[in-house]
Amino acid sequence: MILRISLQERLVYRGDFALGTLMRFLPIVTQVFLWYAIFQQLGQSNIAGYNYQEFVAYYLLTMVARAFSSMPGLSSQIAGQIRSGEIKKFLIQPIDPLGFMLLSRVAHKLAYYSVAAGPFALVFFLCRGYFPGWPEATAWAAFLASLVLCFLLGYFLEACLGLVGFWLLEVSSLLFVYMLFSFFLSGHMFPIDMLDSEPWATIVNTLPFQYLAYFPSAVLLGKIEGWQLVYGLTLEALWVVFFILLSRFLWLRGTRRYSAYGG
Amino acid sequence: MSTAEATSNTPFRRPSYWGVFLTFARNSLVRDMTFRGNFLIECVTSVTWMAMNLGFYLIIFKYTRQIAGWDQYEFFAFLSTTMIVNSLVQSFFMPNCEEVSELIRTGGLDFALLKPIDTQFLISLRKIEWAGLSNFAAGVVLLVFSLVQMTTRSDTPLLLGPVSLMLYAYFVLCGVVIMYSVMISLAATSIWLGQNRSLYDFWFYITNFSRYPMEIYDGPWGNPLRMIFTFVLPILLVVNVPARIIAWPFGADAAQSSLTWYLSIFTLLATAVSFGASRWLFQRALRGYRSASS
Repeated sequence: MILRISLQERLVYRGDFALGTLMRFLPIVTQVFLWYAIFQQLGQSNIAGYNYQEFVAYYLLTMVARAFSSMPGLSSQIAGQIRSGEIKKFLIQPIDPLGFMLLSRVAHKLAYYSVAAGPFALVFFLCRGYFPGWPEATAWAAFLASLVLCFLLGYFLEACLGLVGFWLLEVSSLLFVYMLFSFFLSGHMFPIDMLDSEPWATIVNTLPFQYLAYFPSAVLLGKIEGWQLVYGLTLEALWVVFFILLSRFLWLRGTRRYSAYGG
Repeated sequence: MSTAEATSNTPFRRPSYWGVFLTFARNSLVRDMTFRGNFLIECVTSVTWMAMNLGFYLIIFKYTRQIAGWDQYEFFAFLSTTMIVNSLVQSFFMPNCEEVSELIRTGGLDFALLKPIDTQFLISLRKIEWAGLSNFAAGVVLLVFSLVQMTTRSDTPLLLGPVSLMLYAYFVLCGVVIMYSVMISLAATSIWLGQNRSLYDFWFYITNFSRYPMEIYDGPWGNPLRMIFTFVLPILLVVNVPARIIAWPFGADAAQSSLTWYLSIFTLLATAVSFGASRWLFQRALRGYRSASS
């Protein structure tokens, strides 16, 4: 039921949607030109283990990962409901708010993929020359697993940020800071294993942000294998569990001090 | 007494544009200072964003010596020029152009039309986002830093005269005018279309193309792109020309400076044409305006 409502909500503006998805690839175009110029200068070699083709493939794959992990408007939606008092409806209804919103997000994402699959397939087909060939079965399986996990991670992370609204009421500046850091640290801007000097590498490889874009893409490109892969997936699962527990905790504590604004 | 009589009775005085602008600036400053915490956060986040960009290029320069012919500090001078131009546009024009569609939807444009002052001036400069100027300051600091690095480097140090600095400032202003023209043209189309939800998106995509050296657009796909963004929609000139003037001053390198000559003369032309075209477009759009709610 929840699924169906959200699906319909999303499918109303199909054309606009597909076009918007294609437009989203535009920033990559300039990135590709930038890397092309850099590799022209360097001649035939690679940067941090990536050659030019892999850079292009990497940027395209981060788009896929971002399509799973980004939750547009989730935090501000939760914070807005807290501020306006709308969140009360969850207190009197016998449903779990986080579960309810999770389901509606799943539906949104499903609707999104059903429309966005077209533009994505088109772009990937046009750029098929940049991919190193079909990855192995383990890489595929790990890729899919990490995508599911990164969806959950994105959801619970942003839910936590929204629930902070119980204390702050206005979270927009907090969200902006989060967005900045996640853009840089998630690997959306560049493959984060380019940061190989020491304090940074450990920090970046422990923080949850890498799973939002970098990790799935690097897995499919075969950059992370063997024990590193197992370690990475375990850490990702741990981060998901951590944010699930944190969001529960925030919800319980938040509702207890909640003063129901707006009557 | 009708309004027509009232206006004919009062002697017509040319409005003092500078005075009006200063009032706008003061009002915006007062508003910004009312929410000081918010103002500070905005300053910090926008500078952080730029610092991250800088970090990205620092990482790249660990692996390569040049990007498309630009050395590290030359490229940083380029980057700081991007920051300076974008911050000027974003603090002075962005908040206003974003509001144009809102003014149209609510009919608020009527009030702007009634005022005895140029409408385009009034709605382009009504609000100034002072927090955006923090990036301007960061850009200047970065520029000075990279210029010092370039003038003190061991091989072929940069010779910087007052003429290059003045030319630089002038072409930065030209760049701002070109960007403003693009923006006000986009806003003007919203008068016809009734909405411009995607203005900000479009703006993002455009600046995304303009903030790289034009040399990177190379190859079978890049060359047409470079031509389009130089001659049709001259956004590549915005940052490239001032940055070239400051990084490779006239006379230092014969091949580079002749290209810079052509580009800067063309920029003068492009600035005049794009400002004129956007002005014309805006006036045309105003004629098509039908007030809402009255």
